[in-house]
Amino acid sequence: MKILLKGGHVVDPFLGINEKKDILVNGDKIEAVESPNIISVRDEVKCIDIDNLYISPGLVDIHVHLREPGQEWKETIASGAEAAVAGGFTDVCCMPNTKPVNDSKAVTDYILDKAKLAKAKIHPIGAITMQSKGESLAPYGELTEAGCVAFSDDGRPVSNSQIMRRALEYCKMLGRVLTVHEEDLQLSAGFSMNESALSLSMGLKGMPDAAENVMITRDIELARLTKGRVHFCHVSTARGVQLIKRAKEDGIPVTAEVSPHHLFLDEKSVIGFNTQAKMSMPLRSQVDIDALLDGLNHGIIDCIASDHAPHETDSKNIEFDLASFGMLGLQTTLPIVLTLVSQGKISLNRAIESLTSSAWKSLDYSPKSIKKDQPADITIFDPDRNFIFTDKINKSKSINTPLFNREFKGCAVMTMVNGIFQYEMSK
Amino acid sequence: MSYNHQHLLGISGLTTDEIFFLLETSQKFVEISERSVKKVPALRGKTIVNLFLEPSTRTRTSFEIAGKRLSADVINISGSSSSTTKGETLIDTVLNIKSMRPDVIVLRHAYSGSCELLKKLVPNTRIINAGDGLHEHPTQALLDALTIKQELGTLKDLTVTLVGDALRSRVARSNILLHKTLGNKVRVVAPPTIAHSHFEDLGVEVFYDLKKALPGSDVVMSLRMKHEYQKDYYVPNLDEYAVNFLLTESIISKYCPSAKILAPGPINRGTEITSELADGPRSLIFKQVTNGVAVRMAVLFLLVAGKNDYSPSEEEV
Repeated sequence: MKILLKGGHVVDPFLGINEKKDILVNGDKIEAVESPNIISVRDEVKCIDIDNLYISPGLVDIHVHLREPGQEWKETIASGAEAAVAGGFTDVCCMPNTKPVNDSKAVTDYILDKAKLAKAKIHPIGAITMQSKGESLAPYGELTEAGCVAFSDDGRPVSNSQIMRRALEYCKMLGRVLTVHEEDLQLSAGFSMNESALSLSMGLKGMPDAAENVMITRDIELARLTKGRVHFCHVSTARGVQLIKRAKEDGIPVTAEVSPHHLFLDEKSVIGFNTQAKMSMPLRSQVDIDALLDGLNHGIIDCIASDHAPHETDSKNIEFDLASFGMLGLQTTLPIVLTLVSQGKISLNRAIESLTSSAWKSLDYSPKSIKKDQPADITIFDPDRNFIFTDKINKSKSINTPLFNREFKGCAVMTMVNGIFQYEMSK
Repeated sequence: MSYNHQHLLGISGLTTDEIFFLLETSQKFVEISERSVKKVPALRGKTIVNLFLEPSTRTRTSFEIAGKRLSADVINISGSSSSTTKGETLIDTVLNIKSMRPDVIVLRHAYSGSCELLKKLVPNTRIINAGDGLHEHPTQALLDALTIKQELGTLKDLTVTLVGDALRSRVARSNILLHKTLGNKVRVVAPPTIAHSHFEDLGVEVFYDLKKALPGSDVVMSLRMKHEYQKDYYVPNLDEYAVNFLLTESIISKYCPSAKILAPGPINRGTEITSELADGPRSLIFKQVTNGVAVRMAVLFLLVAGKNDYSPSEEEV
């Protein structure tokens, strides 16, 4: 059966579309995209009126933790995918820090096998080093063959510069990007928040921004040396934005992402020893938030990725120093981004670009678009709808977020994957 | 005046009036420890659990004596004897203790913010922070303040200079908060590895040179240089530290001759402070310890007895 999405406002920054279009979906493909009322409606077409709603290519989140295999009590591929489509994401790239680490075809196969039944499209990211220990290279060719879309040791840096150099050189052969968590482990030792007057007064060890910046600097130099592709995960510092800007001006092949929480929350969220706001990278200052927004608006930061990091309640209901790092992200990313749009901090076009084409391009993949013959992976959202994230609508197996009961402006309304509505917001 | 909090989690959040009220109440309890029969029935039938999950001799003993002089039943649980060594979490340990209905839990724990966590677990039990990680140690700051007040007669318009490892000191944090609340000047003097510029954001003057920091100081507080200094590269070694920052009678008499010397202890003689100074006439170190009992009696009384004014005469045994 064909589906006609009628009356929606299409935002496809890659194609430069920002106007009302009707979209005809046939099976798992887009069959036609036309100006309103040109596509004739016949009996066999199911017509869905989405007047007043917006349509974008399916959102992609290139940084999530699905925890399967090995930590299924935190999240599974199925539950993570359900959270993804509820958040408007048709595609997610899952980090390799599972148990075991995704450093072999066997683990990649396992993930992709589970992914067949998932509501969203799952793209595994393989490890840069075996067990992400930073000691020896993972089998990039085997992993690419098995379906890994990029490589990362996320959660940990590749501290050994020689290994990082070799990995960058080797992966050029495969056309794969290394997505890197930048942290100097000596400078960050024992940290549980940003280093600042607040960390000093709370008696918590802070991570100075330099711990992130020195590693960004190193990898800019290694990307320059090797011409290998570096993508910086969850950039959190103002200085990091400057360094990446300079690297791009110098023609060095780097890209960068920012997490929505680093655009929306600052370090004050940890006041009262709120473990829900304990992240790695840590929440920083307002100066950093402003620089990240500016970097995003100017394309220095390429894309937004959630760093969805589910954790069981016990690992957060504990002494701050011992609590796990991270928060849920899949269902709050689009609401945060659309709220920033409503506040005039970022344009709608740039917001959608940073969640679609720019994200794909950060991994050197060609973007999906709203055009004929493209897969019918489509996100329908309402930038004006009030959205409150509650336990009830949370689809993750975990509930760790500092954003429960916060009000946002805008959210996903329907998510279509391969021509099937995998999520429809209840009225 | 009164103390209207359920707990004492830190100096943070206390007003000037509350600090003075706590000190005035503490002063009333000083006298009890001077009696031949050092006991009043104020907290008869009340149960105090001293949960000390980090090694402590002075503070634990002080709380124990304070509780006993108020006739409370005092139970000590220490890190080594508790189930924490069997892998039990703080939460489970506390939930078990809570089930036995104590009136107050005095917590010492290695992690900052532990008392905030406890507060959510045991909403009906009083909590006293006896030191949480690097965060706060409010009774220490209060006993320091009581000692200063007894000696100098005032807690106004003072310059309080902290010498040594203020970075990894909860005593420093609580003292900074207390003296900034009272409007006093606070200085930190240490190598720049320790005396971070972030102290200035807390309203503290930062110095790297003892000779510049000491002039004008009314109180000099010697903070402990922890022996694990080398692991974190704060100073090359303790001898090197002593070359620049050792407090001696001669440097004090030269740069701030009227200053009094405090130290929260334990002290490293010859590294932070000379014996001549620590044991000399301007040292208030042992007076601090004596006052510690009075301060803890006052805090226990105010939190547990359910009334705000204490008059020793009514409480004779």
